[in-house]
Amino acid sequence: MRNIFAEALYKAATTNPDIFVVVADISPAGSMADFSRQYPDRFINVGVAEQSMIGICAGLALKGCQPFAYTIASFSLYRPFEFVRDDLGYQNLPVTVVGMGAGVIYSTLGGTHHTQEDIAVAGAIPNMQIIAPCDPLEVEEAVKYCAEQKNGPIYLRLGKSGEPELTKQAIEPWQFGRLRYLFRGTDICILSYGVVMKHANEVAKILLKEGKSVSLVSAHTLKPLDRENIENILSNHKKVIVIEEHAPEGGLSSRTKQIAWDIHAGCELHCFTLKDAFIHRYGGHDDLLAAHGISVKDILREIR
Amino acid sequence: MRPLADTYDPKAAALRCLNFRKRILEISQQVGALHIGSAFSCAEIVECIYYGLMRYSGEVNTLVDTFIMSKGHGCMIQYVILEAMGILTKTDMEEYCTPHGRLGCHPDYGNPGIEASTGSLGHGLPMAVGMAIAEKRKKDPGVIYAVLSDGEIQEGSTWEAIMMASSLEINNLVVFIDNNDFQSLGRTSETHPSFYPVDQKLSAFGWETVEMPGHDSLNIYRTIDARSGKKPMAAICKTTKGKGISFMENVPIWHYRSPNTKEYEIALDELRAAHPGVDF
Repeated sequence: MRNIFAEALYKAATTNPDIFVVVADISPAGSMADFSRQYPDRFINVGVAEQSMIGICAGLALKGCQPFAYTIASFSLYRPFEFVRDDLGYQNLPVTVVGMGAGVIYSTLGGTHHTQEDIAVAGAIPNMQIIAPCDPLEVEEAVKYCAEQKNGPIYLRLGKSGEPELTKQAIEPWQFGRLRYLFRGTDICILSYGVVMKHANEVAKILLKEGKSVSLVSAHTLKPLDRENIENILSNHKKVIVIEEHAPEGGLSSRTKQIAWDIHAGCELHCFTLKDAFIHRYGGHDDLLAAHGISVKDILREIR
Repeated sequence: MRPLADTYDPKAAALRCLNFRKRILEISQQVGALHIGSAFSCAEIVECIYYGLMRYSGEVNTLVDTFIMSKGHGCMIQYVILEAMGILTKTDMEEYCTPHGRLGCHPDYGNPGIEASTGSLGHGLPMAVGMAIAEKRKKDPGVIYAVLSDGEIQEGSTWEAIMMASSLEINNLVVFIDNNDFQSLGRTSETHPSFYPVDQKLSAFGWETVEMPGHDSLNIYRTIDARSGKKPMAAICKTTKGKGISFMENVPIWHYRSPNTKEYEIALDELRAAHPGVDF
C-alpha cells in the first residue's frame, strides 16, 4: 500500500503545486524519493518530531497549502494527538494525517507500534474524516480525494506492503463517504475495511463455494459513516458479519451494532474485532490477527 | 507594501499602549475572565509588531505579514489593537466572553484578524514555521511574527520547531519571547534555573538572537528592523508581568484576576499619573 500511496501522491503533486509532504523520519520508498528530488521545497523531513510535523502542516494549510503528514500510525496520530485535535480538528484544516502500518501489521515490533484503537481516537475528533482503504486500488482513489478536498482533516489509515488487489472486479466504484459492494448476494453480508479485508474476502469465497449467496462490502470511509447503506445491509441480509482490525469500541462493529439497535434490525450480527487487550505476541500479521481471535478459521467456526 | 506609518514614533506608541491598557481595564469591569497580567506584559511588543513592523498592502485590514499570539491567553492586547484598527468591532469587545459574542479568552481562527487558534501552549511556533515555509514560495514572502511566553518554551514542541526553523533556513520568522519570568507556580528563574540563559540555547540552534528590554517600544522596533534577515530571529524580551499597574506587577494572582471597582479606580489613577498631560 505504501508504494501505491507514494506513487499516487507523486502523481497528484505534479499537477497540484499546493501539495506538501511532511514526514517524521519515515518515508515511503519508491516514488516518494522522486518526489523529494523533484520538489525538494515541498518535501519536509522534520526528524523524529511528530508534534511539529502536525503543527507545521497546520501552518502550511492556514496559508492555503494541501499537506500530508506521514509516518507510522502510532506516531502520526497518537504521539501528537493534541496537535491533531487542536491544530487540525479545531481549526478544520485540510491536512491528511497518514497512519502507515496501522492495526497490528507491525507484528514483530510489539504494542508500541500497534494502533488498535486509532479509529476510535481519530473518530472522536469533530471535523475529522477517516478513510481506511482495503487494497492498493482503494489507496489510489483515497489519495486522489485527499489531495483535492477542502472539507477538513483526514486520518488516512494504511497498511504496509504486499496487500493483494481485492477491488479490481468490484461492482461499485469507490466514492468517499459511501460503502461499496465488491460483490453482491442476498443471504450473508460481510462488512470490512482495511488490510483485514483479505480475511473477509477469503471467508466470503469459502461461503460462496458452499453455495451461499454472499455480499462483500468495503466500508472504506469510517467517518462520515454511510449510515443509510449500513441500514440497508442490515435490512436486506439474514446474516451480517463485521470483520475489523480494531478494538471492539469505537470502530465499525460498535457503530453497526448501534445502527442495528436503532432500526430494530432482525438479522444475525456477528462482529470480529481485535481484543481490548495488549497481547504481547509476535510473529506474522496473520499470527497476530489469530492471537486476537480473528483468523479465517475462527470466523468460519463462529458464524456457522 | 509598507508599515502603517512612515516612521515609528515612540511617543505615539506610548500613547497607544496607554490607551490599550486603559481599554483592557475597562473590559475587566464587564467580565471577570481575562489575563490582564499576561496582556500588559507584552503590550509594547504587540503594539510594535502591528504599528511598526508588519507591512500592509493598503489600509489596516490588508496585512501582508502575519501575527500569531502563541501565548494565546495574552490575546486581550491583540483584541484591543484589532479593535483600534477597526478589524474587530466595539460590539465584539462588549460581547467578549458572553453567550452572544464570538471572542473568548483565547484567539480563535476564523475571527477577524486571528490567523491561528492558540491557547494550548507550544502550538504557535510549529504553525508559524509551517506558515513561513508556505510564504517562502512567494516572490516577496510575508514575515511571520509570533509572541511566545517563557513558560511556553518549556514545551517540547517549541524546541522541535526551533530546530526545524533553522534547519530549513527560514528567514521570514521573528519570534518574541515575553520573558516576564513568571509562570503559574512561581518565578521561572527559581523553579527552573536551567532555563536560563535562553538566548544562548536559541543561538546554539542557529537562530539570530537578541536579549532586550520588552517595554521600550523604539528599541524593540529598531532591533527587529535591523535584523540580518538571514536566519530565523528570536528576541528574548525582558518584561514585567502586569506592567504599568504597581499592585499587579509581578504578583501571580493577576495572571487571571480582574480588578474590583476600587482596584480599577486605583489602576486608572496610576496610568493617569504616569502620563501627565494626557487627556483621559
